[in-house]
Amino acid sequence: FLGAGGGNDIQWCFSQVKGAVDDDVAEADIISTVEFNHSGELLATGDKGGRVVIFQQEQENKTQSHSRGEYNVYSTFQSHEPEFDYLKSLEIEEKINKIRWLPQKNAAQFLLSTNDKTIKLWKISERDKRPEGYNLKEEDGRYRDPTTVTTLRVPVFRPMDLMVEASPRRIFANAHTYHINSISINSDYETYLSADDLRINLWHLEITDRSFNIVDIKPANMEELTEVITAAEFHPNSCSTFVYSSSKGTIRLCDMRASALCDRHSKLFEEPEDPSNRSFFSEIISSISDVKFSHSGRYMMTRDYLSVKIWDLNMENRPVETYQVHEYLRSKLCSLYENDCIFDKFECCWNGSDRQVEFLSLCTSDLSKLIVMTGSYNNFFRMFDRNTKRDITLEASRENNKPRTVLKPRKVCASGKRKKDEISVDSLDFNKKILHTAWHPKENIIAVATTNNLYIFQDKMN
Amino acid sequence: QDTQEKDKAIPPERAEEAKLKAKYPTLGQKPGGSDFLMKRLQKGQKYFDSGDYNMAKAKMKNKQLPSAGPDKNLVTGDHIPTPQDLPQRKSSLVTSKLAG
Repeated sequence: FLGAGGGNDIQWCFSQVKGAVDDDVAEADIISTVEFNHSGELLATGDKGGRVVIFQQEQENKTQSHSRGEYNVYSTFQSHEPEFDYLKSLEIEEKINKIRWLPQKNAAQFLLSTNDKTIKLWKISERDKRPEGYNLKEEDGRYRDPTTVTTLRVPVFRPMDLMVEASPRRIFANAHTYHINSISINSDYETYLSADDLRINLWHLEITDRSFNIVDIKPANMEELTEVITAAEFHPNSCSTFVYSSSKGTIRLCDMRASALCDRHSKLFEEPEDPSNRSFFSEIISSISDVKFSHSGRYMMTRDYLSVKIWDLNMENRPVETYQVHEYLRSKLCSLYENDCIFDKFECCWNGSDRQVEFLSLCTSDLSKLIVMTGSYNNFFRMFDRNTKRDITLEASRENNKPRTVLKPRKVCASGKRKKDEISVDSLDFNKKILHTAWHPKENIIAVATTNNLYIFQDKMN
Repeated sequence: QDTQEKDKAIPPERAEEAKLKAKYPTLGQKPGGSDFLMKRLQKGQKYFDSGDYNMAKAKMKNKQLPSAGPDKNLVTGDHIPTPQDLPQRKSSLVTSKLAG
């Protein structure tokens, strides 16, 4: 597995952990999304309580060449509040389902955050100076009696302690009957899509009072419902192309130039199923919980309950690579169904940083994303090297929190005699799930969210 | 030895399915499918109906209103839910512990 030597293998070390130490987790503190911005300088988290916390990477300290800048709290705000739709008797959770950053255009930063029903565009801006020396106001804000003013002065800007303000600039509401699972910003940086269980809408970032419906899979008779949309994403380079995944394990690629309503896909990606293996669980575990394009857009990655699959956009009938995340769970599906874990939605992500080999994509397959990462149970997370086909299991735990010490690979013993240092399947803690992970777009820094803690790991720098 | 061979021939998923069917014999005939999807689509549904509530109040002026049973999360069925029985939603005004 990775880390066993070999020049190019990344060695991961603990860097930081954020969040409360105590085991008693308040519901509101459950982390529901993690996302780096385009430069990697900012790292945003969203939680079940509707709050967003943004961390900023410190400028690199020239004297401390052995570690990259730490992430410290930059801004925190309440993005969404709980609501009750009285007309439909529907409780609307404030949980932040997704955060997506806009590319930076000016001094301010912008992100989209969404709960089940409403998407908001937030502006995060810095204020480091304030005007002082008004004629009609005291410094504390009280108004002066004009008759006491004998001389005039020009107010000037003076430096002040940095204040980071978050303000909602747009609220995109009332466009989703069902629960929003994805938002994705188009490569035109002007529009974005939002997807719920049955529909996908296209928005313009400036316009909040209307959106275009581009996919509608709601059947005329709801009794005929067999499939829901689970995730959607725009192609990174082609502004008319997007994909959406389903609860039946299929991915559809659509081209908005083909028609206004993209109910007919341009491509359908589906791996044929072995009918002799079919069981009650087959459809549930084939449900895709996440879909992510590679940087070049030539490949996409999907996550279903037990595996990660890499698809070549030019080949619809099967994935080009399949990686087993925790195959040992296949013989535990009954209890995983009973405790609802079988419905857990794991995300996956590409290595952000191997840009230096991108030139190789001209002559060979796309090597710019050599490693993919996804989470599992027991606070384990997994990485798969597409090039060497090796994989590694690591753990996010406070026990390993010595900076610059390389994380020890973990191993699960599926059956038979358990070796020392291995953990048996029955000892896994299924309440400790890593659903959300993110990879810095430029460096080997990863953010891994456990239930209520955020871990940051980086590669060992020599 | 013979039974071991048999077990090897059964894919683990099928064995798990058999376990589940043994525990819940009435579990839906269709595999996976629509039951979950409908449950997923209806997430968040609470059945407090002010019309029913007020009519019940009017009918039972002198009697005590039936209130929700011990399971306060289940406010459907024969009993009339009262506003007090609906779980209270509090917004999280406390700062996230990640920022602490």
